[in-house]
Amino acid sequence: MSNVKTPIYMDYSSTTPTDQRVADKMAEFLTVDTAFGNPASSSHVFGWNADVAVKNARQQVADLINADPREIVWTSGATEANNLAIKGAAHFNTRKGKHIVTSKTEHKAVLDTCRQLEREGFEVTYLDPMDNGLIDLEVLKAALRDDTTVVSIMHVNNEIGVIQDIAAIGEICRERKIVFHVDAAQSTGKCPIDLEELKVDLMSMCAHKTYGPKGIGALFVRRKPRVRIEAQIHGGGHERGMRSGTLATHQIVGMGECFRIAKEEMATENDRLLMLRNRLYDGFKDMEEVYVNGDLEQRVAGNLNISFNFVEGESLMMSLKDIAVSSGSACTSASLEPSYVLRALGRNDELAHSSLRFTLGRFTTVEDVDYAIKQTRAAVEKLRDLSPLWDMYNDGIDLDTVEWTAH
Amino acid sequence: MAYSEKVIDHYENPRNVGAMDKDAQEVGTGMVGAPACGDVMKLQIKVGDDGIIEDAKFKTYGCGSAIASSSLLTEWVKGKSLDEVQEIKNTDIAEELELPPVKVHCSVLAEDAIKAAIADYQSKQ
Repeated sequence: MSNVKTPIYMDYSSTTPTDQRVADKMAEFLTVDTAFGNPASSSHVFGWNADVAVKNARQQVADLINADPREIVWTSGATEANNLAIKGAAHFNTRKGKHIVTSKTEHKAVLDTCRQLEREGFEVTYLDPMDNGLIDLEVLKAALRDDTTVVSIMHVNNEIGVIQDIAAIGEICRERKIVFHVDAAQSTGKCPIDLEELKVDLMSMCAHKTYGPKGIGALFVRRKPRVRIEAQIHGGGHERGMRSGTLATHQIVGMGECFRIAKEEMATENDRLLMLRNRLYDGFKDMEEVYVNGDLEQRVAGNLNISFNFVEGESLMMSLKDIAVSSGSACTSASLEPSYVLRALGRNDELAHSSLRFTLGRFTTVEDVDYAIKQTRAAVEKLRDLSPLWDMYNDGIDLDTVEWTAH
Repeated sequence: MAYSEKVIDHYENPRNVGAMDKDAQEVGTGMVGAPACGDVMKLQIKVGDDGIIEDAKFKTYGCGSAIASSSLLTEWVKGKSLDEVQEIKNTDIAEELELPPVKVHCSVLAEDAIKAAIADYQSKQ
């Protein structure tokens, strides 16, 4: 395995490297001899050239999701798009009602936006997902009320990679004339998205999870039937008044280019990632007390979120110093709570603390996967030898019957 | 999170890992923490007739700082009397391992574990 280049990156759901082809394109819109102009400068050629590039990128983004380029609003990323969508739609529809429905496994950018709306007097229902991480459509239906104005459900979960049934949820919302927002930060380039078919009203996206640069994203705002939102950032009236601020030409070009590549290469890339993911999982299957978190079928190809029981996630990551992964363990963050996503699935706290998230991507190789399997197995073995819980498990003690001294 | 070199050293080469017979009269066992909180420490001491700790063993489920705290503590208690060991404070451990504020609870747990082990030993005498 000498041909493995370390450290190995297996945290593609956190961010992706910018594809070289994308970076090359971006460089054409920065320096003095390039099209560096302000796309809003309609009086000279510098502005015109930048404007053409932005239009082209808008088309490329629209093409990946089968939308109209006029439905794309540039933002600084998916967090801003989520804020704009949820706050914008909630505020615009206050005459109809002030009730919002979302799920407990959403990204913080959605959850914290909803919390803010609660402070402003809105009411929010947070749906419990099923044990496999998917939303029960009947539970969703039961939560909808006459004063519900916005439903916000993510397409692909960032921690466990499960894919929600956006088509079905869209039908339910449309029937009741409720604005449906989808956080698609984790799904562009991973799942086919056809917005002519899907009854999605607002959809958040970003470039940096799809081999583009950080700092750029977009919100899809449906034209037919027209969806109205209140702007959150005011200024020069860019993006049809929905999001002011000088357009970041190079970032936008980068997002367009990475979405163009995604459209072309998604199918072959997914086949390859699924092969790698299955190889990774096969490498752990014969171990005792190993659990996959979230549905394994309704899941993006590159994600494996797995709990090695009786081993704590942070110490496991400490052993895997050549491999960049993430953990649902509390100790990775300043808060002492383990992953709220895994807890929402009904996973007990031990398993949440024992989880690792491997996310594979465009530059992951078979050798990387084999190396990760070998290192992980060795680390789990070492830490189980250190673990009093592993001893108790082997002695046949049911850990749930032990009286722990919680602290 | 960046770990201090001392934490990494104890994590990579943990001292005194193992278990002793918890039913033996000369052995005191302390187990503290909870799996739900992400750390459980089991610390055992073997006390000689002269009241000096002859041996100490630990097993810990938890983050690197928790493993390091318990590993360090087993080193410190060996050869000391029970009274001397009672004097060891969590702040001593946190200082030695240069634990950041979010990891101080690991050292608290280690102090709790040794106190529990001593109490267990004393209850058997």
